[in-house]
Amino acid sequence: MNPESTARLSEMLTQVTGFIYPNEIEIHWSILIVVYPYITGLVAGAFILASLENVFNVEEVRPTYRLALLTALSFMVVAPLPLLMHLGHPERFYEILLAPNLTSAMAMFGFVYGWYLMGVLLLEVWFEFRRDLIILAQRAPAPMRWVYRAASLYSNDVSAAGRAFDDQAIRIITIVGIPSAFLLHGYVGFIFGSVKANPWWSSVLIPIVFLMSAIVSGIALVIFLYMILAALRKEPVDMRCLDTMTSYLFYAVIVDFTLEALDFTHRLYESEESVRILGTLIRQKLFMSLIVLQVLLGMLVPLAILIVAKWRKLGDDGRRLLYFTAVILIQLGIFSTRWNIVIGGQLFSKSFRGLMAYKMEILGIEGFLTALGLLVLPFVVLAVLIKVLPTRPLVEEVHTPA
Amino acid sequence: MNKREFLKSMQGLILFFPAAGVLSALGVDVSAQETSGAGAAPPPGAGYNPKDHLYGMGIEIDKCIGCNRCVEACKAENDVPQDDAHYRTWVERYVIKKDGEVSVVNISGSAAAAREGMPEDTDILRTFFVPKLCNQCVNPPCVQVCPVGATFSTEDGVVLVDANRCIGCSYCIQACPYGARYMNPRTKTADKCTFCYHRVRQGLLPACVEVCPTQARVFGDLRSKASRLVRFARMNKIHVLKPALNTEPKVYYAQLDGEVR
Repeated sequence: MNPESTARLSEMLTQVTGFIYPNEIEIHWSILIVVYPYITGLVAGAFILASLENVFNVEEVRPTYRLALLTALSFMVVAPLPLLMHLGHPERFYEILLAPNLTSAMAMFGFVYGWYLMGVLLLEVWFEFRRDLIILAQRAPAPMRWVYRAASLYSNDVSAAGRAFDDQAIRIITIVGIPSAFLLHGYVGFIFGSVKANPWWSSVLIPIVFLMSAIVSGIALVIFLYMILAALRKEPVDMRCLDTMTSYLFYAVIVDFTLEALDFTHRLYESEESVRILGTLIRQKLFMSLIVLQVLLGMLVPLAILIVAKWRKLGDDGRRLLYFTAVILIQLGIFSTRWNIVIGGQLFSKSFRGLMAYKMEILGIEGFLTALGLLVLPFVVLAVLIKVLPTRPLVEEVHTPA
Repeated sequence: MNKREFLKSMQGLILFFPAAGVLSALGVDVSAQETSGAGAAPPPGAGYNPKDHLYGMGIEIDKCIGCNRCVEACKAENDVPQDDAHYRTWVERYVIKKDGEVSVVNISGSAAAAREGMPEDTDILRTFFVPKLCNQCVNPPCVQVCPVGATFSTEDGVVLVDANRCIGCSYCIQACPYGARYMNPRTKTADKCTFCYHRVRQGLLPACVEVCPTQARVFGDLRSKASRLVRFARMNKIHVLKPALNTEPKVYYAQLDGEVR
């Protein structure tokens, strides 16, 4: 063991209050494991928003359909990275795909991720962009032309019948995709919710809470990106679309808040063996991240902002400003939710007699900078995707002459 | 010959012969018993069928004097990091006061609280030591959650980790209700008590049991009627840790206090 980590552990030892089992001093699931459910949540949420348009025919949100789809894809390709970097032996990761232990919730990762990426997202993206890729391949100069040709899988049917088939396929994929998105994030919740040794995690509601908070964060992210993209392109924001999306956001936050309040009340009322240490945990370790960031700034304030924006008949500029503030606060709140679950669940001893401390590294593979990099990376991927693939307004330009 | 004369004439025999003879005879007997207690594992080469054995451990709380020899032996035998954050076995000291206040310390560490003696307090109601280790559960949550099957139950009832397969995800550590697992900083894989499987398969006792000066730890084969563990279970009221979690531990405690978790 290197002297640096020995020193770190003995420093942690001085911050322990009460009694903990000696092996518990090390916090095994670090900031990277906070980032993982946060990112998969964004994938599931963005996809469900995209599905609204397809399955439920919500025409208002059509301008964000492709953006939501590409957002889901960009975050999806980054999602396994924090897991991989966290492993003690990342070079053995393929074991989880080739030799999964079927009783392990975590071993389902390969199936769920593979299915969602290959069976849902990539397929839907391909059908959605197939016709545009063919058109782009005809227009673009040499190097990109080959890329577009390859991406269209050398299809060259631009007929209306071809497009109708695409639409039909997309519809079927989305219908399969919604339960798959539920599965993707519900399953991440199950990884935590099924740990009976940990009373902070062990709850049948956790997968559902994960799912609702995923929908909240996904919708909030797409709203954020839509507004940023419109500003960058100096295009007007479709206020009808924005108002509809924020309404969905509002209801999703209310459902999420209700579920979390139910979970909290249920624990408090049942008042099991662990209730005292969990109370101490909230008061001493999670007050800032749970009460202030997650509940107050991440939920109640955005709800109030959305109520004001909707009912005070504000002008477009005023609403845009309030919406923008609300979605940023909501992102902060959902990240805090992930933090409180993942880190919070490791800050109390399973002897229920003491609390540990988590000190985030700054550098280092499981440190703050890596986490920040992993949170920025999907936006880089998205920027590239938006650069090479037309989001909706560009498509219309392409379509009109064609 | 009256009784007094008889005793006088037998003095030598009673005082000296038995002292040497009986003790040495006992010694042979004890080691023979212990070997059979360890499951009568035959020397290597002879056919060992794991299905014929099911290992467990008994711990008699009232016999533990908190000397930590088990912890030292374990760390030496199994190359466990010599620091305060990695243990395959450790000893907890419970002090319960009259007002119901419970204070627990891991006395196997180098922390000041572990080194200081018992508080000179008249308010103490009861106090005792509790050796802890992997409970080698029949329904081990760690085995259930391991994504690659690197941690597994052997047929003779020991939960082991294959360090060549473990990917180091720490899920098993999260799943263990007893805090019995740690991430080995050298191999970067999960690690834990193996009941000294390498010794047990040779017919030896686990290192902690071998060195315990008060025989507070009893190791044995639940499938053998002659086993010391079966006798231990017959002679004591036994209890396991966190029974509500349905892990079915195979580390059995006698005189376990309700405060112990």
